[in-house]
Amino acid sequence: MRRFWFFALLLLPVLVLANIEAYRFDDPAKEARYRGLIAELRCLVCQNQNLADSNAELAQDMRRQTYEMVQNGSSNEEIVTFMVQRYGDFVLYSPPFRPSTALLWIGPFIIFVVGVVILLIFIRRRNKEPEVELSSAEHARAQSLLDNKK
Amino acid sequence: MKARYLIPFGIFMAIMAIFVLGLHKMSEDPNFARNVPSVLIGKQAPEIVLPDLFDQSKMVSSSSLNGQVWVLNVWATWCPECWREHDFLMYLAKKEGVKFFGINWRDDEAAAKKFLKDKGDPFVAVGFDPESRSIMNWGVYGAPETFVIDKQGVVRWKNAGAMTREVWEGELKPLLNKLEKG
Repeated sequence: MRRFWFFALLLLPVLVLANIEAYRFDDPAKEARYRGLIAELRCLVCQNQNLADSNAELAQDMRRQTYEMVQNGSSNEEIVTFMVQRYGDFVLYSPPFRPSTALLWIGPFIIFVVGVVILLIFIRRRNKEPEVELSSAEHARAQSLLDNKK
Repeated sequence: MKARYLIPFGIFMAIMAIFVLGLHKMSEDPNFARNVPSVLIGKQAPEIVLPDLFDQSKMVSSSSLNGQVWVLNVWATWCPECWREHDFLMYLAKKEGVKFFGINWRDDEAAAKKFLKDKGDPFVAVGFDPESRSIMNWGVYGAPETFVIDKQGVVRWKNAGAMTREVWEGELKPLLNKLEKG
């Protein structure tokens, strides 16, 4: 019995997934679009959350706006444009490639290239290190040490 | 040879230094992390048509200020910075002749009315926007936010955060003077 309750408790976090507002859609395709949109639009108040995750009041209103536009037959593109015209590219979780966002897109590759270059320099320098020449006395000593091992 | 092993430690310390400086900068400026650049600067100002805070059977419209230089202020009684800046807004409206159009955002109607009754009303008109209908057109994501609109109806400036004497003297006043002449 105790075990049962233990597993039942594990299911508790799933309840969190229950949505805050239940919007009714006349068409499942619209509902899917709505879910897609609120997942890719960013909440401006808590900037590391999307609209779907955020409980901020502005996010609630932006979800309602998205819902109304989906219900009224706006395309995904129209809704995204509506948001970008007001809040800028910042509202998108995957911002378009523009001069202002170039660093965001290219940055990781620049860091990668710099890393590879440093690695190559490091390896080359190591190969160039001169081999240590041993004198005949040292050779003899090494030989005797190796013989002793046997 | 030993110094080599200090390199990762050095890198670690450098990263820590950047974090500490970043946090320090954020703590000094409450808007540091939040200042999302406005896309409305240089664009035609969205028209505001909202129920009048004082009489919701009537509407207020920003078109009443067309042809003038005016300032939009988005505020609410739940916003601490709005309380802080209010006296200064009163001063600007009464002594400097700034024309403020107010949007009361997602607020309690009675609390908002009481706020203006107790502390004075710096606004030409106040629209009541409990559902973010109008503020969303302006890309507002917090309160207070302040915009300047010129005689041609173009948005020229935006400030997120409280209006202070430094902001007024450093940015807003010179801009308003310039726009009044233009």
